[in-house]
Amino acid sequence: MNDATDNRDPIIRFDKVVKRFGDHVVLDELDFEVQRGEKVTIIGPSGSGKSTVLRILMTLEEINGGVVYVGGEPLWHQRKGESLEPAGEQHLRQMRSHLGMVFQQFNLFPHMTVLRNLTEAPVQVLGVSKAEAKQRGMELLEMVGLTDQASKYPHQLSGGQQQRVGIARALAMRPKIMLFDEPTSALDPELVGEVLNVIRTLADEHDLTMLLVTHEMHFARQVSDRICFFDKGRIKEQGKPEEIFTAPKEERTKAFLKAVLDPDD
Amino acid sequence: MFFGIEWDTSSQWAFAVSIFPILLHGLVVTLQATVVGFFIALILGLVLAALKSAPTRFIRWPAKLVTEFIRDTPLLIQLFFLFYVLPEFGLTLPAFLTGALALGVQYSAYTSEVYRAGLEAVAKGQREAARALNLASARTFTHIILPQAIPRIIPALGNYLVSIMKDVPVLSVVTVLEMLGVAKIIGDRTGGYLIPLSMVGGLYLVMTIIASFGVRYLDTHLPKRGLSLK
Repeated sequence: MNDATDNRDPIIRFDKVVKRFGDHVVLDELDFEVQRGEKVTIIGPSGSGKSTVLRILMTLEEINGGVVYVGGEPLWHQRKGESLEPAGEQHLRQMRSHLGMVFQQFNLFPHMTVLRNLTEAPVQVLGVSKAEAKQRGMELLEMVGLTDQASKYPHQLSGGQQQRVGIARALAMRPKIMLFDEPTSALDPELVGEVLNVIRTLADEHDLTMLLVTHEMHFARQVSDRICFFDKGRIKEQGKPEEIFTAPKEERTKAFLKAVLDPDD
Repeated sequence: MFFGIEWDTSSQWAFAVSIFPILLHGLVVTLQATVVGFFIALILGLVLAALKSAPTRFIRWPAKLVTEFIRDTPLLIQLFFLFYVLPEFGLTLPAFLTGALALGVQYSAYTSEVYRAGLEAVAKGQREAARALNLASARTFTHIILPQAIPRIIPALGNYLVSIMKDVPVLSVVTVLEMLGVAKIIGDRTGGYLIPLSMVGGLYLVMTIIASFGVRYLDTHLPKRGLSLK
């Protein structure tokens, strides 16, 4: 922190992070940084550890080695004097409040109305009054274009609408960092656009830090400040979207992009 | 004479008609024992289910052991324990309460499994979403998981309600005057067992059919509020 040569201020930093599922190494001493306000898209073949990065940040997956920092604080550890110890639930709750996540399967609460989905956590966790939470919920619904759906149940909505509610629900907790885990992968093709538009608006109008895992390359190119190509649990190549999409250096990146961009070749 | 009601042994019909109100006295006790036992099973089962899914195995394992023990020992033994052994330690409960408690404890082992299966059927993504939103684990359980699990759980619980009702006659051995016990006493005093016992069987049949219809009604009319159960 007092390193004079280090003038960056990464809001997310993975320091040699290892994640294993059994014998399978998902993240192999991953070093990875995201700057405050930066929009970063992670691309790569399935099984390359893309989603795992987000799930570790949301504290849905524990790490097996290394340290993850969020806002300069270790996420999975607590400082104890000089050393780091595994974090307790109290610390995790505190850290989690900086992050919001949008899931591939939406994971809306099916037994609650759309509005209740947006107010439940603010009221219970942030201690916001019900009236205030509702007002804020309606504002968020307006942002995602769903004010007329407030009293419906999730199953009455299309997939695209559900995912927009998912985005609004995460935003209701006022996170500094938004994680999007393949937000359009479960959607019918004609519903993808409406969700991407909402994410695009967020990226353009807010100083949120955004970390996105997606297969929508065209979209990634438009909204991202940086593209990270993951392969075998490491960042194989990263750079500005134009560099990665027009002039990738690594053979592996070229092969992947060729496969996803011209699947008919 | 029983419960202040005389029986009429002039004909079999007259006998049957005259003991009917007596049996109804027993039937009321049967239903009371069913309801109280079921209520205990519902609450205790929920506690066991929660303990069995506790984060630490030092809670999980004892809870599983208790469940297994309850399930693998006969109801009658548990009943005798509560009725004859507890008083040796200075705890004497009325016969009815002892019986209902035994039923409740026995069936809590089953209801806890029903709860557990119902809880596990709630998608993993629901817990993850609740965690991502920082909801406390107690709140997640009561307001996210439970409401989604209950519509799956109710039909299975209903079946156990019927089972409990059919187990109530066991309580007659500890002097609870439920329907079968009453019928037996009538038989003892009049020498005619066929009619009272047949009537108990018939009344049971009627009760189980009604209960089964009730469970089915509940299952189809339960407010599922946005839940699709497949």
